[in-house]
Amino acid sequence: MGAGHGHRLHFPGHSPIHRAEPQHKILVLVGFVLLVVATPREWFAAYLVHLALLGVVVAISRVPVGYLLKRLVVEIPFVVFALLMPFIALGPRIDVLGISVSEAGLLAGWGLLVKGTLGVLASLTLAATTEPADVLRGLERLRMPDLIVQIMGFMIRYLDVVSAELGRMMTAMRSRGCDPRRPRHWPVLGKTLGALFIRSYERGERIHLAMLSRGYTGKLPS
Amino acid sequence: MSAPTLDVRGLAYAYPDGHQALHGVDLHVHPGERVALLGPNGAGKTTLVLHLNGILAAGAGEVFVSGMSVTKENLQEIRRRVGIVFQDPDDQLFLGTVRQDVAFGPANHGLKGEALQRRVMDALDRVGMADFADRPPHHLSFGQRRRVAVATVLAMEPEILVLDEPSSNLDPASRRELADIMRSLDVTVLMVTHDLPYALELCPRSVVLADGIVVADGATYDVLTDDALMRAHRLELPFGFDPRTIGSLPG
Repeated sequence: MGAGHGHRLHFPGHSPIHRAEPQHKILVLVGFVLLVVATPREWFAAYLVHLALLGVVVAISRVPVGYLLKRLVVEIPFVVFALLMPFIALGPRIDVLGISVSEAGLLAGWGLLVKGTLGVLASLTLAATTEPADVLRGLERLRMPDLIVQIMGFMIRYLDVVSAELGRMMTAMRSRGCDPRRPRHWPVLGKTLGALFIRSYERGERIHLAMLSRGYTGKLPS
Repeated sequence: MSAPTLDVRGLAYAYPDGHQALHGVDLHVHPGERVALLGPNGAGKTTLVLHLNGILAAGAGEVFVSGMSVTKENLQEIRRRVGIVFQDPDDQLFLGTVRQDVAFGPANHGLKGEALQRRVMDALDRVGMADFADRPPHHLSFGQRRRVAVATVLAMEPEILVLDEPSSNLDPASRRELADIMRSLDVTVLMVTHDLPYALELCPRSVVLADGIVVADGATYDVLTDDALMRAHRLELPFGFDPRTIGSLPG
């Protein structure tokens, strides 16, 4: 439950990267990701350059590399998919270490893996060097529609509340002899998530009531 | 007698599913009074509260706040006059910092700049939370969040402060601190609560709501010592608590 100060992805610091204007950081991030995605996957050397660029930024920001690597776990579902691709794709096959894999699949898997990893790593660097509230401010200055910024703000505010609620539901499940990690109990877990959705929805309604009670008319005061 | 701050006349309401929650409620609260609204679960207390600032629209009857009728045209002014502190502070504190949250109400009513900042700090001062202005609300303790929730409403300078279960989930020290704050405020209060000792401590007058009507309205001491009334409406004093053995009340 105890989320410390700041956000879990944020690594406090005073580097030039930390101090840069959030809207500039967001623009650079988007530019970088577009560049990575647009690079043909056969240009292996180009990816080394991308990685080097990112490495320089991380070095300047003084965020420990291990800190970022640990948070790369969000990427695992994509990694699994990327690793499966050489085995399930069709087309001419080649032998790698004695295993027959699809050549096209191997290339596609590599492309997915490298582009995904670079993108996630760059996003993590932004998150590590920028407070969530500043990211919102940056988006606002980049003329992101007000409503979207508001919704994102609420998401940040209530992420901890909702995850704490899920944590308590899990604890209650465990206390009654149900281990949510075991596949046999996944149906129960599904129902729990459904209940969490309803609870969050109702909380949303209560928040809206509380906002109306203080004269909310559709626009957050800046 | 002065004009009532809150004047509820013959208020009746049925939810869209047909459940009739209020059957003609009459209630007056005069300036400077602190009134407890008591009643068992499901008596219609929350439904009544949601009528006071026009979140729910009366099926029959009327609500006046300092002479102003609660209708669609007056909604914005009514919501400034009636400040509701909801039960769960997490529902009420939704912005990045305590300061922004307290500023939300007055800013919606057009206050800006220096005057807004003064209003915010003044409200936080009154609940003893001025040092926490720049902290994110979700990093505060529950008792602190409840106090900030009170400040978010005080900042609108309401004519009446309505609190839904103010003492729920508070530890005894936070509960007493909140009571001290309430006594120090010079505002009219309507307090919905199951915490009968708290009602006795803070509110000279109590109103009992049961099955959608007012069944008792009088001095809190008299209400709590009326055993027949208490039994008839599922009101029970906590174990070991007897108003008759309490010599004098604080404040």
